[in-house]
Amino acid sequence: MQAPSTTFPQRVSVAIHDKRLQAALDHASGGFVRKRAALVAAQPEFEALRERARSIKDHVLANLDGYLERYEAQVVRQGGHVHWASTAEEARDIILAICRDAKAKTITKGKSMVSEEIGINDALEAAGYEVIETDLGEYIIQLAKEPPSHIIVPAVHKTREQVGDLFDEHHRPLGYTKHLTEVSEMVNEARQVLRGHYFRADVGITGGNFLIAETGSSLIVTNEGNGDLTQTLARVHIVTSGIERVVPTLDDAVTFLRLLARSATGQETETYTTLSTGPRRTDDLDGPQEYHVVLVDNGRSKMLGGPFREMLRCIRCGACLNHCPVYTSIGGHAYGWVYPGPMGSVLTPLINGIDKAYDLPNACTLNGRCQTVCPVKIPLPGLLRELRRQQFESGLTPLPIRLALQAWAALAQRAGLYHLAMRIGIPLLSRLGRRRGVLSWLPLATGWTDTRDLPAPQGQTFQQAWSARKGARP
Amino acid sequence: MRVGLFVTCLADLMRPSVAFAAVKLLEDAGCTVEVPAGQTCCGQPALNSGDSSDARAIARKVIAAFEGFDAVVGPSGSCMGTLRQDYPAMFADEPAWRARAEELSRRSHELLSFLVDVLKVEHVEARFEGKVTYHDSCAGLREMGVKTQPRKLLASVKGLELVEMDGTEECCGFGGTFCVKYPEISTKMVDDKIAHIVASGADTVLGGDLGCLLNIAGRIKRRDLPVRVIHTAELLAGMGLQPSIGEAGKA
Repeated sequence: MQAPSTTFPQRVSVAIHDKRLQAALDHASGGFVRKRAALVAAQPEFEALRERARSIKDHVLANLDGYLERYEAQVVRQGGHVHWASTAEEARDIILAICRDAKAKTITKGKSMVSEEIGINDALEAAGYEVIETDLGEYIIQLAKEPPSHIIVPAVHKTREQVGDLFDEHHRPLGYTKHLTEVSEMVNEARQVLRGHYFRADVGITGGNFLIAETGSSLIVTNEGNGDLTQTLARVHIVTSGIERVVPTLDDAVTFLRLLARSATGQETETYTTLSTGPRRTDDLDGPQEYHVVLVDNGRSKMLGGPFREMLRCIRCGACLNHCPVYTSIGGHAYGWVYPGPMGSVLTPLINGIDKAYDLPNACTLNGRCQTVCPVKIPLPGLLRELRRQQFESGLTPLPIRLALQAWAALAQRAGLYHLAMRIGIPLLSRLGRRRGVLSWLPLATGWTDTRDLPAPQGQTFQQAWSARKGARP
Repeated sequence: MRVGLFVTCLADLMRPSVAFAAVKLLEDAGCTVEVPAGQTCCGQPALNSGDSSDARAIARKVIAAFEGFDAVVGPSGSCMGTLRQDYPAMFADEPAWRARAEELSRRSHELLSFLVDVLKVEHVEARFEGKVTYHDSCAGLREMGVKTQPRKLLASVKGLELVEMDGTEECCGFGGTFCVKYPEISTKMVDDKIAHIVASGADTVLGGDLGCLLNIAGRIKRRDLPVRVIHTAELLAGMGLQPSIGEAGKA
């Protein structure tokens, strides 16, 4: 993942003042939240499913080596190849080598966050390949030359008008001259343009929502069927996936499928759920001649042995983004890295190093809503707080914040001194704000007073008033 | 029942009437209330900013100050959530302190859930003419299970009409030090919250955590909107008519 060139507060400011982005965020996130809530309310066993999913993941993570080996053996038995990439660079090199060996020119891609994480598009294009994203959202942002702003709906930040303009610019040379305003027309036009690419493609790259150890299959879910065309029409199919995505059996995968669509987009199920197992067999009507799986570690095995292991339960549904008041205020690009929102704020420093992306774990109110909707019960606020602890202990917390915290902590540990200081300071502050009831400016607190008044203290501290009351009583 | 009142630093310093309201509600329910002088803050600013050694040092003081009470009760879901949920985990490597932290954790309660769930209080003697809406503060709601209890007690207040706003469970953007570290995001969030409050048609917004209420009131005052902000305990204790948060006048 590439480090952003602007600061987090700069990006936040841009996002908050971008009216189109704000409209797009309001529209999309509200819809996902409502649809999910209705489906969860209609499924009495949803809580039990979450618990079951959590325990399957915990079991897999405790036995990850064994399940990965079983999965690899099954893929090989089906005639496929498994490649192990310990870093993003290794993953890119492996994929570039497969494409080179296949003498590929054109590469189609289904939606895959791991492929964003390892930055494969830039690497392929730099090597001269034509790369075409086939998921509609990914296709839109590829035309706009932007990274995804959401892990499930990558173009959630784009309005319909912006998409119409992008299609004008890029489809006109292909003979599509009508300016489109309706979503259904845009879907149709993109579908026609993409159809040609599927047939020309030499290599199809997809992600893998789940890797099934017992069968060696990879499973993807899509709403557009683009993943199926990507993986069956090209000569070579490459699956890219994180090592944590393996599950023991098809039955286990079904448990996750029941949670995934509901949590992600508020659908009972995605339109297409597709398993692929090895290359085309002699009696198959279609399918790729070669089948490769690139298993990406990129920091994951390090997480396995420490306090962030629970993060490896993540199934990339995006519910934590949709329910996060910070994400829905600033959108995904403001985070500055591939994975945004609560899950991204945990993953980004773990993948790239805790000295990177200092703001991500801190720009959170710890309100806990993400944890309550997470289908695999990841304690996201606790993990963010653990990252803050590691930042503090590594000296990454800015000095003014450290000093303020330590001054308060020193006072809070000395109750006598604390109450004495407050008996003097608080009535003073109270008198300053008495006339209006508020203070509009305070030195060292402009983070508050730039946009808010500070309600003035009532007068005496409670402790002072309480001692007086106790004294007055027999 | 002998109750130790955890005042919370914000009530102690900014709004003592919240703590007096808690005392009245607890005494009306038959409790003997004591206020240990050794208390200051629960340590949440340090804990949430990653300063775990200072957070532990403060927690030790709180644990020591509140030993021996039948219950420890505070007018804040956030601070009481720290005592109940966080203290035991902070002493994972110190068995003796961990045992004391767990013992305190079991006795720690947010005020209104203590009144309703433990003391079985079903109504209060209070009157308040007005249309109010209630903001579910995040820690109270998600760490302490505070949801029905304030509504149940509010239903017994004469003259009061409770209207639910949209997004009542959405964070107001306070988040402790978050609000001063990321003021732009925080302000956007509190504006979203205020939009819901205004759309509900309520003239008063209630909540169980002073942090949220200072944030909401501070922004409402800056925008000069005609909505009063009061801590739920104050209203339930019959103190709903004193100057609201950020309003001029003597308490």
